Amino acid sequence: MSKRFRIRLLWLLVPVSAVVLAFGVSSLVLIAIGENPISAFRSMFRYGSQQNSLVSTVNRAVPLYVAGLAVAIGFKMNLFNIGVEGQYRLAALLSAAAGAAVVLPAPLHVAFIMLVAMAVGAGWAGIAGVLKVKRGVHEVVSTIMLNSIATGVTAYLLANYLRKPRVGSELLLATHPIPASGQLPPLAVIGGEELRSFVLIAVALGVLVYVLIWRTRFGYDLRASGINPDAARASGADPNRMILTTMLISGAIAGLIGMGDLFGFFHAYTLDFPVGLGFDGIAVALVGLNHPVGIAIAAMVFSWVDRAAQILDLEGVPKEVIIITKGVIILSVVIAYEVVRRLVQAQEVKNAAEETRRLEEREEAVAA
Amino acid sequence: MAERAPTVELKGITKTFPGVVANDDVNLAVFPAEIHAVVGENGAGKSTLMKILYGMLRPDGGTIRVDGRVVRFRSPKDAIAAGIGMVHQHFMLAANFTVLENVVLGSEPARAGALDFVGARARIRELSETHGAPLDPDRVTEDLAVGERQRVEIVKVLYRGARILILDEPTSVLVPQEVEELFRNLRELKGHGVTIIFISHKLDEVLEIADSITVVRDGHAVATVKPEDVTARQLAELMVGSELPTPETRESTVTEEVVLSVRGLGVRVEGRRVLEEANFDIHRGEIVGIAGVEGNGQRQLVEALMGLRKPDEGIIELAGVDVTLWPTRARREGGLGYIPEDRQGRGLLLPSPLWENTMLGHQTIDPFSRGPWVNRGGAHRRTEELIREYNVMTPGPDTSALALSGGNQQKLIVGREMIAEPKVLIAAQPTRGIDVGAQAAVWEQIRRARAAGLALLLISADLEELIGLSDTLYVIFRGRLVAKVDPATVTPEELGSYMTGAREAASA
Repeated sequence: MSKRFRIRLLWLLVPVSAVVLAFGVSSLVLIAIGENPISAFRSMFRYGSQQNSLVSTVNRAVPLYVAGLAVAIGFKMNLFNIGVEGQYRLAALLSAAAGAAVVLPAPLHVAFIMLVAMAVGAGWAGIAGVLKVKRGVHEVVSTIMLNSIATGVTAYLLANYLRKPRVGSELLLATHPIPASGQLPPLAVIGGEELRSFVLIAVALGVLVYVLIWRTRFGYDLRASGINPDAARASGADPNRMILTTMLISGAIAGLIGMGDLFGFFHAYTLDFPVGLGFDGIAVALVGLNHPVGIAIAAMVFSWVDRAAQILDLEGVPKEVIIITKGVIILSVVIAYEVVRRLVQAQEVKNAAEETRRLEEREEAVAA
Repeated sequence: MAERAPTVELKGITKTFPGVVANDDVNLAVFPAEIHAVVGENGAGKSTLMKILYGMLRPDGGTIRVDGRVVRFRSPKDAIAAGIGMVHQHFMLAANFTVLENVVLGSEPARAGALDFVGARARIRELSETHGAPLDPDRVTEDLAVGERQRVEIVKVLYRGARILILDEPTSVLVPQEVEELFRNLRELKGHGVTIIFISHKLDEVLEIADSITVVRDGHAVATVKPEDVTARQLAELMVGSELPTPETRESTVTEEVVLSVRGLGVRVEGRRVLEEANFDIHRGEIVGIAGVEGNGQRQLVEALMGLRKPDEGIIELAGVDVTLWPTRARREGGLGYIPEDRQGRGLLLPSPLWENTMLGHQTIDPFSRGPWVNRGGAHRRTEELIREYNVMTPGPDTSALALSGGNQQKLIVGREMIAEPKVLIAAQPTRGIDVGAQAAVWEQIRRARAAGLALLLISADLEELIGLSDTLYVIFRGRLVAKVDPATVTPEELGSYMTGAREAASA
């Protein structure tokens, strides 16, 4: 009993130590620039615990969470999909344009837009997959390049083909708006802030990813390929097929990153559509240890820190301090995870050795 | 004898690892210019003891004396300074370096800031010749035979001024003829006053070469004996505390039914033919052995059979069906099992629980999965069965594979392949690096499966195992099956001469 409990406690050390360290280091930085860390953090907590802040935290956490899932599924088999960024931006643009171009009954319309986004994301990620399988191009290199290409292609398509005509003095470049049937009404309005319905789809997506990785044969092959590719191959998992399939799934999930903003707020792809979520997703997956629950927590923490930090400007404290906080969280999770993993492993080896010795003694006693 | 002082004296050496006492109050005295063998099963603690003597590990207690003086080694560097050198089981040579470069690597001779290769070359010639085994310092290491590479390792250690030589399982990579040569060299070295500590678990060799033998069991030094006073059997009993098993199979169970048929199989690697014209059949209830020095095409043969490598020519038929183009998974589902030679590298998911390791290779079949879903309950039950039937020492199916000892890991792998009742099992080095008890268990499983109709391809470096278990025995040399011999009549020496190409057979 206590042995298992001890191992659980050890794992709890990872997030706790990360957060403590992060705030410790940030405090030092604040002191160094002549600010009072206690008053800064106190106002952050006061602002961050307001109802509308919490709702906004959830809304902002959703795309981070989806991005984290997209990255994590690749990480699980040591496949580094750095291209989530380009995949979701291209997917958001094309699905927004497609959604504005058709008329469908409400639930179908939303489903159609999501399908287009997933197909675009998967297709873009699939290029990196095919390059790796056919030509041995490392996915990190190809996805980074595909990110640049996606940025260019998105801007070009938006400016030349998919923009709606400018009305009056409007400056913003945007696609045609998606009609109401392709929008999602808010789940609730709390403290004047709309809680977006897409959070429900994100939760369902997390469950799906969990089931896929931990409960299906495909997920077993995926994890085995990540832990020991040679053993996975000898067991019959076709490495090329695994790479391609995983890349497609990762890209399809990446395609959904922008959907919360699209359905609940922008209703079109515009030049000020959120960017950088793909890269944040890498950090979130890392901190969340590639587990949907961990990723959810990590996304919430990052999103909350961002939201709460907005008050710092009003207090005259540079809110860039918060970037340091996030960086320290990432670093300390990675380090603490490795340390704890070794501790847990040593503990397991010890437990097994003790148990084995007991079994052997019992066997000898029976034999004698 | 009694008045001589020992060159190396270990007193009360104790070393514990988490959960295991590797050395418990071990005493060992090695006298000048003697060959002292340290024997014991794998895991008995002999490697730990030698690592302590060589400064790679620090003991928890006890003292080491060299020439009567107490020494404390913080690293192998200190041990080398004290005149101790170690030749590892796995050679640590750069393949693209010459003998000279390999020997001086790490202690480069400098004169006025420049490398002094002339002096080094002369010294290597001198060292190797005085020990009866001349080495050309300018040959590239990858062109050397295994035995010659070992001599390079020995010269390398002597070059650093070692007077005490530790040899870790030096014969495990050699064929019988090379072993003879090594022994001649060792006697020569002894004549020049070098003290040799010889680690082994091959008792006949130890009896031939050693002046004294220390037996290690369960972390204790249980006895030190003279070779003339004991028989191999008595030594074995000291080693395991019970009777030594033999790999012999009993009456033939070979049937007429061919389950694996290989015709004209060939594999090329970067244009080089590493496997050529392999032809053989395996029948139900038959064990076909492949003897050969490592690196003569065995690996490519196994990979081609398992679908891990595309053969360049030839046909593989499994139970009458041409499977040459089938992927690995289809072959496994068609009844092909695989015990890989690299247990941890290819056979296990070390950080994963045992039940996930049991389903490795069987993840598409009952009871491990149902349709696309993993059947955790089924996998757990099957793993519990396996642990019981194959006597895997472990707390349970949720333990990580990395927490198991090598022998238990191997029992798990053998069990997992057998329990699926394959038609054909490809077993590469199934008993390498496991202790005598686990070895006997694996042999027993193989025998039982053979009686039940399994066709088995056995690839092994252990000639006794091959001769004892096989119904039919082939020798592979430079990618060709050069001989087919009758295991009932062949001797290890004959096998050895085929394995080195010294003899070409017509009997194939």
